[in-house]
Amino acid sequence: MTDPDDPDVTPREASDPSDAALQATAELDSLSLLAEDLLDPSGPLTPSGHLRRRQMVSRLAEAAQTTAAVLAVAVLGILVYSVASRGASVLSIGFLTKDPPVLSGVAGGGIAPAIVGTALIMAVATAIAMPMGILAALFLTEFAGRWTARAIRLALDLLNGLPTIVVGLFVFGLLVVGHHQSGFAGSVALAIIMLPLIARATQEVLTLVPAGLREAADALGVCHWRTVLGVVLPTARGGILTATVLAVARAAGETAPLIFVCSIFSNTTSLNLFGQALPNIPVYIFNASEAAERYGFARAWGAAFVLLAFILLASLGGRALGRRATLSR
Amino acid sequence: MNAPIGLTGTLPGDARSRVRSADRIGDGVLYGLCMLASLLAVVTLGAIAYKVIDGASASISQFGLGFLTHSAWRPNFGIFGAGTFLYGTAVTSFAALLLAVPLGISIGLYLSMMASRRVRGVIGPLVEMLAAIPSVILGFWGILVFGPFLQAHLEPFLHRTLGFLPIFGAPSSTGSGLFNASLILTIMVVPIIASLSRDLFLAVPQELQEGATALGATRWEVLRGVVLPSAASGVAAAAFLGLGRALGEAIAVTQVIGAGDFIHVSLFQTGDTLASRIADQYQGAATPQLVASLFYLGLILMVIGLIANIAAQWIARRFDVGRVAAR
Amino acid sequence: MRPPDPSEMPATGASNVRPRVRIQTPALAHEAAQAAANARPTDALRGSPRGEQDSALTVGREAIFDVQDLSVSYGSSQAISGVTLQIHRNLITAIIGPSGCGKTTFIRSLNRMNDSVPGFTIDGKILYHGHDIYDRGVDRVEVRRRIGMVFQRPNPFPKSIYDNVAWAPRNLKMKSGLDERVERALRGAALWDEVKDRLKDSALGLSGGQQQRLCIARAIAIQPDVLLLDEPASALDPIATAAIEELMQTLKNRYTIVIVTHNMQQAARVADRTAFFNLDASDGRRTGVLVEYGDTDVMFTRPADTRTSDYVTGRFG
Ligand SMILES: Nc1ncnc2c1ncn2[C@@H]1O[C@H](COP(=O)(O)OP(=O)(O)OP(=O)(O)O)[C@@H](O)[C@H]1O
Ligand SMILES: [Mg+2]
Repeated sequence: MTDPDDPDVTPREASDPSDAALQATAELDSLSLLAEDLLDPSGPLTPSGHLRRRQMVSRLAEAAQTTAAVLAVAVLGILVYSVASRGASVLSIGFLTKDPPVLSGVAGGGIAPAIVGTALIMAVATAIAMPMGILAALFLTEFAGRWTARAIRLALDLLNGLPTIVVGLFVFGLLVVGHHQSGFAGSVALAIIMLPLIARATQEVLTLVPAGLREAADALGVCHWRTVLGVVLPTARGGILTATVLAVARAAGETAPLIFVCSIFSNTTSLNLFGQALPNIPVYIFNASEAAERYGFARAWGAAFVLLAFILLASLGGRALGRRATLSR
Repeated sequence: MNAPIGLTGTLPGDARSRVRSADRIGDGVLYGLCMLASLLAVVTLGAIAYKVIDGASASISQFGLGFLTHSAWRPNFGIFGAGTFLYGTAVTSFAALLLAVPLGISIGLYLSMMASRRVRGVIGPLVEMLAAIPSVILGFWGILVFGPFLQAHLEPFLHRTLGFLPIFGAPSSTGSGLFNASLILTIMVVPIIASLSRDLFLAVPQELQEGATALGATRWEVLRGVVLPSAASGVAAAAFLGLGRALGEAIAVTQVIGAGDFIHVSLFQTGDTLASRIADQYQGAATPQLVASLFYLGLILMVIGLIANIAAQWIARRFDVGRVAAR
Repeated sequence: MRPPDPSEMPATGASNVRPRVRIQTPALAHEAAQAAANARPTDALRGSPRGEQDSALTVGREAIFDVQDLSVSYGSSQAISGVTLQIHRNLITAIIGPSGCGKTTFIRSLNRMNDSVPGFTIDGKILYHGHDIYDRGVDRVEVRRRIGMVFQRPNPFPKSIYDNVAWAPRNLKMKSGLDERVERALRGAALWDEVKDRLKDSALGLSGGQQQRLCIARAIAIQPDVLLLDEPASALDPIATAAIEELMQTLKNRYTIVIVTHNMQQAARVADRTAFFNLDASDGRRTGVLVEYGDTDVMFTRPADTRTSDYVTGRFG
């Protein structure tokens, strides 16, 4: 029934049974006379018996939680360190400005074509996804009825949850089959990845625009589109920028959408968005990792370092921007 | 500040109607643009489904549903089946979730319940940063740094201590395999579950926790008894989002799983997932039959990916998971 | 608010001089005597507040809490300062005072519920059965297990009615006779008849008053020594309030009860002893101080301090 070593158990039944008041409440008490109840309220408040065990379990659980958090941060640290220490050794001005060597198995060279290509592809992708995302978000917050909004939100969320390789296959089927790979196809694929990110995050900041501002504008007899362009969007500017920067940070490292649509490229700098596949950093790293050649590995570490630095700085910057935007509201 | 009203009030009739019609056009244009953009999202989703089914149709009509169970993939002989990849997807995703769910929940609890506001403000973004690392870099690291470590240390250790379980067979020769892929996926999924569950735990009413604390419960009892149950459906949704991520990850898995063609019981052997096999064949997609079969793999992947995401949405109907997932 | 008519006052004398239900074991009596002996000289030294003198109610009664010169701060702002009082066994002690005077702060300090509040610091001593509850080595879980608390807003767990009550006993490994224990607790909280047919239903489906009684049932299911109630009826309608007040009169036979209330009539109706806290702004900063403490009828009919009489008659400073 109870632990024999439980010190809380002190017989209380032994107390004077002749007391009238005790008899009066005997009914209520009879139920409570389970030995484990017999708390001695004046006993010391130090843990004993069960409680010591319970506290130990609790402390173990807390230690496990802390360990998990430390582990996650440690993995991040190891990853960043691995990339930084290996990437730094090849990094130089030349690495950022030169073409890779034409032949494999040769040291030196740079990743300039991939940097230019990624920048171009990302710029076009952003130019597609940002206005679309903002407009879709505006539709959700300003125009759509409850059910329409729900359906569109679901579509955006499913689009966001779709395996990115499937997006790659889609753009491959849409733009590459029967034609050829191109930087533009890559931009379209990345824009599809970015669209739901920008739309959902923008919708979020738009709903935070104080209703009072909107009402004030409406009360002035300003029509809806002027309110939106003149009041709502400017107020949410910071948040929209954050959303876009974070989406860029996310899409810049995406490889799966690109390998079917923008992966067979020559390693020379090109600005021809439509005519050919543009070299880009993620596919460059992917190819190098599949090619298993040590100078290729070295350049890939350097490319990984450049990409990771850009992405981490962008997502840090985006977050900081977002925080400032929230604070200034 | 009510000049505009006064102004329009004194305008001659036709001028006022001109302003109004300009406004009406402006409103219409804005509405139209916004609706088109939203429609575009829906249409894109539909077009993706259509294109993938369309691309797969030749393979579907040739292999039918037998494609799902057939486990040989020999492009050169025109033999295609997804069995090996379904197995590889199931094993790696399951193993990743098995590790990532408890780890993610623990980190969520640490951040929301133990860490001070300042520590939370530092560690939280660091954990989210883990999710920002591009999969191609994670996979590259997985081949060159993590794989050799697994092969030299962790795999022999697990084989020695738990070798009686067939899943922990002889260590691999390269460090590539299902085990490496599962761990890389764990690294990708943990931050998703951690940051979502942190938000969920922070939303558990303080009053409930105080109520439990005042009943002489230890901290862990409060977490287990009140905080976790209150957030259970959201955490389950987070797990499904994580599952969707694990199922669909192509690049990192391709890099570290070893592109095996056979089903192996031991996690230390090679394999392939649906997504990684598609990514693996990107440059060899030469014959129409192979392309159609890759699309068929993509179709299966899309369906199970959508199921995982719809499940997440449905489980957490009251809680907008998509909002957090899109961060 | 008009002063309470003495004829409306509860027959405190009659109900409270009733002998204690719990018979003390010799060990306990010894402890109590010791605690009392410890407390007296300190009071004399500090010059205890008016009303702290022995009354008919407190004479021979064990002081469960002996609060000595208690000050509590949150960060740099002091919430209460220099509170000295004793709380006696099996009495209902009410804490009254204007908003922000530190009633909640005080009562939450009694079972260390404030420990997790950022910036919380405490000065002075709270002796519980002679043990300083803020001593090193004291386990706050043990403190709260003995000193239960019910909050202003009902906070049932999102579980079934049964599980709400059974949760704490399960934690405490009081697993034998759990059904019986739940029933007893619900009966003790005067809720059994209303819920006995739907114990498996969610507690969130109960009315506010029922939820609050469930929270009381939840607290007494583990048989604590003291019950702290922080404005337990302020979110409830008059009928539910009456039910809770009636309940308290039964509960005080088994438990020592401390209740914070905004409602003077409620204090007058239910409490044996009343402590009046007020905001003191004399040194430029507003902190809560104990103005007067004594038997409820004295506090409401012939308080010694003008601030008390102003407050209880509704004339604010
Ligand atoms: N968690 C906290 N952090 C900082 N300051 C607090 C905290 N809780 C209370 N305070 C401050 O301490 C003082 C006393 O507050 P307390 O809640 O104890 O008053 P109260 O008498 O219970 O008031 P009420 O009647 O409104 O419930 C107030 O000035 C309050 O602002
Ligand atoms: Mg209060």
